[in-house]
Amino acid sequence: MAALSRDDAEDHAAAPEVRVEALERLLVERGLIDPRRIDGIVERYATDVGPLAGARVVARAWVDEAFRDRLLADGTAAVQELGLDGVQMERLVVKANSDEVHHVVCCTLCSCYPWAMLGLPPAWYKSFEYRSRVVREPRRVLRELGLELPDEIEVRVWDSTAELRYLVLPQRPTAAAGLAEEELVGWVTRDAMIGVERDLREPAEGGGAR
Amino acid sequence: MDGIHDLGGRQGFGAVRRDTDERLFHSRWEERAFACVELLLGKGRFDIDEFRHAIERLEPVEYLTAGYYGRWLAAIELLLREAGEEPGRSEALSARQRRPGSRREVDRAPRFSVGDRVRARHLVRSGHCRLPAYVRGRRGEVVEVHPAYVYPDTSAARLGDHPQYVYSVLFDGRELWGDEAERGTSVSVDLFEPYLEDGGADPATPETARR
Repeated sequence: MAALSRDDAEDHAAAPEVRVEALERLLVERGLIDPRRIDGIVERYATDVGPLAGARVVARAWVDEAFRDRLLADGTAAVQELGLDGVQMERLVVKANSDEVHHVVCCTLCSCYPWAMLGLPPAWYKSFEYRSRVVREPRRVLRELGLELPDEIEVRVWDSTAELRYLVLPQRPTAAAGLAEEELVGWVTRDAMIGVERDLREPAEGGGAR
Repeated sequence: MDGIHDLGGRQGFGAVRRDTDERLFHSRWEERAFACVELLLGKGRFDIDEFRHAIERLEPVEYLTAGYYGRWLAAIELLLREAGEEPGRSEALSARQRRPGSRREVDRAPRFSVGDRVRARHLVRSGHCRLPAYVRGRRGEVVEVHPAYVYPDTSAARLGDHPQYVYSVLFDGRELWGDEAERGTSVSVDLFEPYLEDGGADPATPETARR
C-alpha cells in the first residue's frame, strides 16, 4: 500500500503555500476531493454566508412575537421559516438579552460559531485572548471590546463545547420603534449577535448587516 | 486531553483587540486549506471530531504560532500521515462516508432534567474530550436538555458514534473562579451525559439560573 503522505506535505519548515499545493495535489490524486469544488466553497463563504442571515432572524423576532417565541423554543426550526438552514447548524440555540441579563457566545476549546447565521468568525473571536479570558472575566473582555455593562446586568457566557450553536437576540432599540422589518435588518450587527455589543444604533446610510 | 487548546480560564493572554482587517482569508493558501478541509469533512473522509483532535495534538508551540488556518493545514497533514501509516486505512478513507450530521436518536431517556444540580466529573483522558478543564469537578445546574449527539470521545478515535445526550450546564462564576470571579457572571457549558454526575445539594445555586 502506498503511503498517503509525501515528504513535501510533511515538511513543516516549508512555506504553507507549498504545503497546501502538495496537499491539494495529493487529495486530488487519491480521489479524496474534487478540485472543481474548491473555488465554489471559498466563493460561498466569501459572498453567500454572512451576518445578514442572522440579522433577518433578529428583525423578524423584533416585529413578530409569535416568531420570537418559536425562535427561543427551537432556533433551528424557526430560522427554516425564513428559508435559512445549513452549515454548522444542527441545533441553533437563541438567547434573548433582557434588561437583567446579557448573553455572550464563545468557544474555549476551538472556535465553534454559528456559521449559517453569521458567516465565518472574525479573527478576535478565534483569538487565544478571547477564548481564554471571556469565560473568566467577561465584563473586562466586553469592556475591551467597547461594551461597558453596569454591575446590575448579569452576564451569561455560552461556551459552545458541543454541536449546539448560539446566537444572541439583542433587544430592540427604542429608537427603532415603528420601523418595518426590512428597515430593522440594517440595525442588527454581527457583534450584537455574538454578544459583544448591546445597544444598537441607527445604521449609517446604506448599511447592511455589519 | 490536557492540551494547549483547552484555553478557558488560562491566564496571561492580553487584551482582546478588534480587527482592523476583517478579510476572511489573508492569502490564497488559507482559502485553499479551508476548502480542502471543508470538502474532506463534507464527504465524511474524516469526522469533525477526528479533525478537532488532530488540531489538539499539534505540538503546543505549533498550535500557538501557526495561525488558525495553519493549524487546519497541519492537522490535515497529520491525519493523512497517520492514515498512510496504518495498513488498509488509505483505501478505507477513499470509501468512507460517515452518516451526515452528528445528531442521533437513542432509545433511552436523558438521565438529568432541567433544574438538576450536577457536577462535571473529574475526567482525565489523553484522548479527545469536550469537557473543558475549567469545569472539571465543578458544580452547576442543568438549564437545558438537548437531543443526543455523536460522542466526540469515541468518534475522534474511530470507535463509533455512541450518541449521548447533551446538557447546557450553568456554572456560577464564583464556583469556577472563586473570590476572583467578576460579580454577577456565569458560564454555560454544553456537556455530554458521561461527563456529568449528580451534584448533590449545594447552597451556592447560581442566582442567574433562576431568572
